[in-house]
Amino acid sequence: MAHVPMDEKKVASCRALAASVATDVQRYIDAHTSVGVERTMLRALGVEGLGAEGAPLVNLAVDRYQKAGLLDRGISFFVGRQLISGAKNVQDATERLAYAPDIDEPTSGPTPAEARAALAPHVTAALERIDRARDQREALKARVAPGPAPLKYVIVATGNIYDDALQAKAAAFAGADIIAVIRATAQSLLDYVPHGATTEGYGGTFATQENFRIVRTAVDEATEKYGRYIHQTNYSSGLCMAEIAWMAAVERLDMLLNDAMYGILFRDINMCRTFVDQYVSRRIIARSGIVINTGEDNYLTTADAVEKAHTVLASQFINEAFALRAGLREEQLGLGHAYEINPWLEDSFLLEVAQAQLIRQIFPRHPIKWMPPTKHKTGDVFQSHVHDAMFNLVGVTTNQSIELLGMFSEAIHNPLLMDRYLSLKAANYVYTTCKHLGEEIEFKPNGRVAQRAVQVLDEAHELLGEVERDTIWNAIARGAFADVKRTREGGKGFAGVVARGHDYCNPLLEALER
Amino acid sequence: MMLRAYGDREGDGMVQLSFTLALAPSARAREAAKRFAEQHGLREPLVATMEACAEGYSYFVVYGHSMHAVDVDQIDVPEIRTGALSREEIESRIKKRGKKIVVVGACTGSDAHTVGIDAILNYKGYAGDKGLESYKGFEAYNLGAQVENDQLAARARSLGADAILVSQVITQRNCHKENALAFSQLAEREGWRKDVVLLLGGPRIDHKLALELGFDAGFGPGTKPGDVASFLVERLCGEP
Repeated sequence: MAHVPMDEKKVASCRALAASVATDVQRYIDAHTSVGVERTMLRALGVEGLGAEGAPLVNLAVDRYQKAGLLDRGISFFVGRQLISGAKNVQDATERLAYAPDIDEPTSGPTPAEARAALAPHVTAALERIDRARDQREALKARVAPGPAPLKYVIVATGNIYDDALQAKAAAFAGADIIAVIRATAQSLLDYVPHGATTEGYGGTFATQENFRIVRTAVDEATEKYGRYIHQTNYSSGLCMAEIAWMAAVERLDMLLNDAMYGILFRDINMCRTFVDQYVSRRIIARSGIVINTGEDNYLTTADAVEKAHTVLASQFINEAFALRAGLREEQLGLGHAYEINPWLEDSFLLEVAQAQLIRQIFPRHPIKWMPPTKHKTGDVFQSHVHDAMFNLVGVTTNQSIELLGMFSEAIHNPLLMDRYLSLKAANYVYTTCKHLGEEIEFKPNGRVAQRAVQVLDEAHELLGEVERDTIWNAIARGAFADVKRTREGGKGFAGVVARGHDYCNPLLEALER
Repeated sequence: MMLRAYGDREGDGMVQLSFTLALAPSARAREAAKRFAEQHGLREPLVATMEACAEGYSYFVVYGHSMHAVDVDQIDVPEIRTGALSREEIESRIKKRGKKIVVVGACTGSDAHTVGIDAILNYKGYAGDKGLESYKGFEAYNLGAQVENDQLAARARSLGADAILVSQVITQRNCHKENALAFSQLAEREGWRKDVVLLLGGPRIDHKLALELGFDAGFGPGTKPGDVASFLVERLCGEP
């Protein structure tokens, strides 16, 4: 059986260092909230729809109380007070917060304890909605089983949700197990979630709750038709990561792209904001049973994939530590990595095998996400198809769990219908023809593959030591990950971070933390 | 000289074509693919592959002899002023310069659309080409959207900018032109125009327009970060 040397003590030490990194940040998280977190709570308590000028009602209410300097109490507190003073329901209470002539100054009137009591049935209802969706998913999966690993993951990105639904079904026909609808360019930087079904989008399709429903219906139909469970994926990232996590949880998505640091590094979103938001998003995800996909594969698109391979592993340990602190199980952690080494480098295939095998062994229960080559793709579709076949070979041999399939038209256009078909056909071929290869082979104990695995773990361990010593805040500031430098107060969304007051009230989050 | 595609012999015109038609595989679908190829000028088309790639859709691979030929002597294409340099070359030429190139960019005026400036400056870049932030040789500052001309000028001056990027995406009644012209005039008036390279970018921008508005270069749709980086290196780093 394929196996690379792995120093158990060193792995345990990596986990301990990552835990210490996450604990340091958790102290900050537990003392703060954000406009995104507060909006999430309103949505979860039952608020829907748009207000004046097309802005979501949750934005209007939260922004108003932030401007008034009252968000440190938690928006739930004010909702509770409105319920006590006669609001018909949470929706009505929130409309009052957004539109009443006067701000509710909490100098007198109901106390936080009284507000909590008024909110209790709504908190229960929110939890029940998450649980109901989870139970439905589990029941459907029990009846119609998913395909074998590696699960084949493809992207649709037409900009029009109805075309996406059509393409999703076509992909399922051709053998896809997971459908991701890629988001419209720069949605991650919007500090609100768009509303309703959308048919226009550049570079992808907006993530909205209605769009989630449309694709869910399509993939459920495909599940029944092809007798294989088809998974739905979207993005819980950017300035609305927690709100999207809620929408995905109740609309029964199966996976979410969700990373503790991706937004900081690649979207220049403020790190305080990201750490606070990722925690709350993951509390919801933990409860919902959704599998997250982390974004370490991106590191290798900006930094060198040979020199910086260890940064991927170090980041996986950190993502794991953050996720465990938010209540996720290891079976929910689709840690990401990628086949991005220059394909013309001698023995680059051996280096890819070493890393993939090492990560498989270090994270044995985790549904590891294996990402295809993109950086070294050119417009040569024929060469590209061969390149992807080698990637598929590593995926099946090292038993990766989720494989985003490479497309031969990468670097040219969003995949055409036939591009996706040919990619699935090639993956089916390689998976079938090499089904048990991983069980049959062994690597030389001191050979190139083994030595590379040892080197990557050693370097990751060293980097984690540095990050732990410097703290993650300073490590990111000096460019420890993906060669990107970000400062603690820089980036987008910092103004939306609020220190919690001593009487901060958020009974739903507390329930999720129990 | 008339040229045909070269397959196995001079002048055979052999090409391959792959496409999808919204028909399930059938004899009729095969004939449809053949006629489709013929209408593209392929003689004796051979439908080598016909497979269902989705329900009600077939994917085809067709070979045929193209009847078309091009007269290469009639082609007159102006050579592009600067080809994109490789990342290594950009880095090494800036290294020789002895100090980093400081670039400050913004979407000016009322424009809130940072997609262009983000694509050029931010790490993530555009179409697989990483932004100026990803280079060791560039120190890139992205001031974001809705930056007024005088704010941009002040920040750029205080950061010691070697180059300023102005992005104008959304425009009504030519306000992108007025706004850009006002910026280059501001630089002239304040007396530092000659100290910086001024670049203008956006979907409605081309090189000629940018020159008319007092900028040193203009970058339109499809520009990659590497194109901008290459231009700046050629402008600021002297001979290779």
